[in-house]
This record gives sequence, structure tokens and C-alpha cells, in this order.
Amino acid sequence: MASVTIRNLVKSYGNVQVMHGVDLDIEDGEFVVFVGPSGCGKSTLLRMIAGLEDISSGTVAIGDGVVNDVAPSKRGVAMVFQTYALYPHMTVYKNMAFGLKQAKTPEEEIDRRVRSAAEVLQINDYLDRSPRNLSGGQRQRVAIGRAIVRDPEVFLFDEPLSNLDAALRVQTRLEIARLHQRLDATMIYVTHDQVEAMTLADKIVVLRAGRVEQVGSPIDLYERPANAFVAQFIGSPKMNFFESNDLAPSAASNAPRQLSAGDVMGLRPEHMEVCAADQAVVQGNLELVEQLGEYALVHLKSEKGTEFIVKMDKPPTASKGDLISFNADHSLYHYFDKETEQRHT
Amino acid sequence: MTDKQLSALKNRVAVTAAWIIALVYFFPLFWMVLTSFKTEAQAIALPPLVFFEPTLDNYFLIQERSGYAAYAWNSVVVSVGGTALSMLIAIPSAYAMAFNPGRWTKDILMWMLSTKMLPAVGVLMPIYIISLRSGFYDTKILLVIIYALINLPIIMLILFNYFREIPKEILEASRMDGTSTYNEITQIVMPLAWGGIASTALLSIVLCWNEAFWSIVLTTTDAATLTALVASYSNPEGLFWAKVSAVSTLACAPIVVFGWLCQKQLVQGLTFGAVK
Repeated sequence: MASVTIRNLVKSYGNVQVMHGVDLDIEDGEFVVFVGPSGCGKSTLLRMIAGLEDISSGTVAIGDGVVNDVAPSKRGVAMVFQTYALYPHMTVYKNMAFGLKQAKTPEEEIDRRVRSAAEVLQINDYLDRSPRNLSGGQRQRVAIGRAIVRDPEVFLFDEPLSNLDAALRVQTRLEIARLHQRLDATMIYVTHDQVEAMTLADKIVVLRAGRVEQVGSPIDLYERPANAFVAQFIGSPKMNFFESNDLAPSAASNAPRQLSAGDVMGLRPEHMEVCAADQAVVQGNLELVEQLGEYALVHLKSEKGTEFIVKMDKPPTASKGDLISFNADHSLYHYFDKETEQRHT
Repeated sequence: MTDKQLSALKNRVAVTAAWIIALVYFFPLFWMVLTSFKTEAQAIALPPLVFFEPTLDNYFLIQERSGYAAYAWNSVVVSVGGTALSMLIAIPSAYAMAFNPGRWTKDILMWMLSTKMLPAVGVLMPIYIISLRSGFYDTKILLVIIYALINLPIIMLILFNYFREIPKEILEASRMDGTSTYNEITQIVMPLAWGGIASTALLSIVLCWNEAFWSIVLTTTDAATLTALVASYSNPEGLFWAKVSAVSTLACAPIVVFGWLCQKQLVQGLTFGAVK
């Protein structure tokens, strides 16, 4: 097990810089999730830790040593790829044994490790099959098994669930969480799915355009997003933003603070509550109701035309076009600078 | 005419055209084999004879005069040898170009291919003189080297395309597993591209077997291949059609049979790995 320390990491392709001086501390045994929209550099960052991508400047240290110039296989990391990347011409057993064979591990040791990993992942019945005869979920387990047998200090996952169907994704997500508990290893996990990030992570790293936007526990990011980008990226449906002219006339007395023209106010759909008109902070005309059984997503439009969503336990009795008033607990309002997107404390 | 009828008609026209083209290609071969069983008089008879009493005399005569086996053996050795040598160079090179492409990789490939546009006769004198002075003239080793070099660009291009179809992640996974470059080529790339490598090798063997220019120029007796044997039957006293046909049939037969047996792989090779 080991910590990972990243200092001022830069990645450029020719003249194009895609990673702009990333600093990050990942502690021993931590489950860290890199999350962000596509093209934000999360996979590149992971691949730089893995050693599959050259480092333009800055350092990556695993444990005590800087590994910038260390071969991927010598870094004590193992990677699970999005496409599984199993060796198609080898059986499951050979796929898992391949890395150990390259390291000239004794046969008995290889056999012991492969079988114990197969046990953990419940793939012992498939050891003689070739990958093409396995389902997507089984292939994913083999890919994870291939990582486990190497007994790495750090596990790297590159969007491991995105090729699985929805049901299998939930199940495999749980298995990865269990695996983390069981192995107690440092794990770094890349995803664009904020649900995966929230459920798996001890610590989430939100990236945008090659920069770290915020690092924190899932609940930190949810409750105190550092900026408007993180606020909208974490949480589903995403946080509603209102400008000063969106607010109801009575907002000044009902909201925790005045909203100036240069700021935006954020309210999460699940935090907004229906209230009397004179208590309102935000008002909107009902546009559409999505009934999901457990809850309803109510789509509204403010006087000025700003669309927003409110999550309600029960669908409203109002009909289309009716004006509905909302407010929220004072602790649940978020304020951001419109220009810099930074949070006002 | 309805659309359905129209497409049926188009289909029929296409099939007919294909048959005509196939027959145009097949006819000379057919006529060659037919002529090889005629006497010299029958061979030049006008109008041409289609029905006649076949004779094997031409074949016996060729065997008596030249000894088919030695030429056939030379053809086998230089085709297989040339192919083996070019594969030995092409596999690591194509690997490097496919998986570690640089800014100039495409240009280098194009430049190598452009050498195929050079008329061979343009480098005839230097190669001829070098081979004479170095003592390699009329040796199989010389033909192996020449054949390997002239087929190398096309073989590299085909292998390059095959290798590029291997998902990059698989190689990255093997890198994470700590594979050496040699093991990566022999244990990952070659098994995965085996179909492509085999069909490329087959294509190379066919190309070498049919090569005539260099074998005629650079050999006399010791290393002469079947193509040189065929050429030796056109002599100043005039053409003996029946004998030339017989010797040509003998030169073609092995490779045609070989090609027939490996049809599937060859077609795959010729489509440059584009169709799977």
C-alpha cells in the first residue's frame, strides 16, 4: 500500500498544454475518484500515474519515490481498462498469470495467486475459457483479477463500468467498493458518472480542462462546492442557478442574503420547498412533471424565462402554467460570483 | 420497370461482366495449358486447334534438356527465403511504426512505397556490377536479398495496417504487466495478428515466385529459378510455342495450386486488412 503525491504536474502535446500544474495528495488506502466532463484530463492524469503517458513537467511519487522515469510495471500499480483490454488469445487463467510470468514468478506462486484472486471474484469456473466466451461483466472481473494478482500498491481504474449495462454497473460498483474494503489498497478511479464518484469515493477530485476544481469528500463537494462548476457537476438533477432578476419580489426578506447583479444563487432541486407566495424566494410557472414513482421531477420556468427543476416527494396538484412559490432552509443556499464562478462564503 | 426489377437487372449485368472479365483472364492460361499438350506443328496451326490428340513429349523434352527439379527447388528456396528475410525485417519495423508512430511515420511509409514506382531497370547496372564484383552473382543468397528488399515496402504497409487494428489498450495492458518489447511482439502482437502475418507471407511468396526480371538478369545456371527457365526457352532460332507453353505450365502450376489452397488467406492479405 502506498500514498500518491502529485506535484505541479504538466502535460503538453506539442504546443498544446492539456494539464496545467496539478497538485494532489492521495493517502495510503484511500479511494480517490477523478471526475469531470469528457476532455477534462482525468484519464490523462490517471495514465500519467500509470506511466502510460509521459510527464511533461512536475513529479508523480508513489510511496516515497518519484516514479517519473520508472517503467509502468515497476511502479507497483495495476490498471483496469475501460475496454477491459484482455488478451484475446489467452485463457482467463493465462490472462491473469501473464504479468506474473513476465516477472518470472515461480509457477506455484502464480497458481496460488491466480486461484485466490479468481476465488475473490468468483470466476474460478471460467479459468479455462477465452475472453470471447465471457459476458461483459465476467470480462470486467477478469480485468480486475488481472490487477489483483499483481498485488499492487495502487489500483487504477479507467472508467471500468462504462461498457456495462445499467443493472450490472450498479452491481459491479458495489463489488469494487467491497474489494476496496477487503484489500484496503489505495485506489484511483476515473469516471464521468457523478453517482459512481459519490458512492465509491473517500475523496473526489473534480477536474475541468486540465485543472483541479475542487478536492474533498463527497459530502463536502455536495454541501460546499467551491465554485459554480462543481456545484452543477455534483448532484443530480443538477443545481439550479438564479440571477437577481429571477427572484420573487419577496426574496429580499426571505433569502439569507441579498443577491447582487454580479452573483448567482444556487439551490439544489431536492432542497426547494413549496411555500406561500409571501414567503417565496423563487417563483415559476409549471411546465412539465416527470413522475418517477418514488419522487417527481417538476420542471418550471421563472417569469424571466430561466428554467429550473424541483424534486418533490409527490407531484404538485397545480396544473400547467400555474405559478408556484419556493424557498429553502437558509443553510441550503449557495452564492457564487458570476464572473469568477467562485463561492461566496 | 420497378426498382426491384431494375436492381435485379443491374445485378445480372454485374455478374455477366464479372464472368467476362474472369474468362478474359483465364483464357490465356487455358490456351497455354492446351498448347503444352500439342506438337509444335499443331501449336502454330491455323485455324487454331481445340481438339487434337494430346502428347506429353514437350514435358519429357524439357525435363531431359533442363532438369525441372533444380529450377523448381531454386524457386522454392528464394521465394521462402526472401519472404522469411523480409518478414524478419518487416515485423519489428511495422510494430514500431504502428505502435510508436512519430511525426514522419506516414511519410516514411509513403517514401518506402514510392521506391516501388522506380523502374527496376534504373538500378539494374549498379546491382548487376555489385553482384558480379562481390561474387554473389548467380547465387540464391543474392536473389533472397533482392526479393526481400523489393517486397519489403508492400509487406510493411500491409503488416502496418494489420498491426494498427490491434487495440492500443491491449498493448498498454501488456506494458503494465511488464512485458519486454521482444515478448510484446512475440507473445501479444504476433498471435493477435497471426492471420494477417500469414496472409502477408503467402502474398510475398507468390510475388517472389513470379518475379522474373531480377532472376533472369542475376542468374545463369546455379541459382536460376523457374521464371529464368521459361525465359531460356525463347531463343534466337525462334519460338517453340508448345515447349514454351509446357515450361510455362510447369512454372505456374506449383504456385497456382499453392494459391488455390491458400485462397482465403490471400484474399484477406490483398484487402490490406481492411476487411475482417
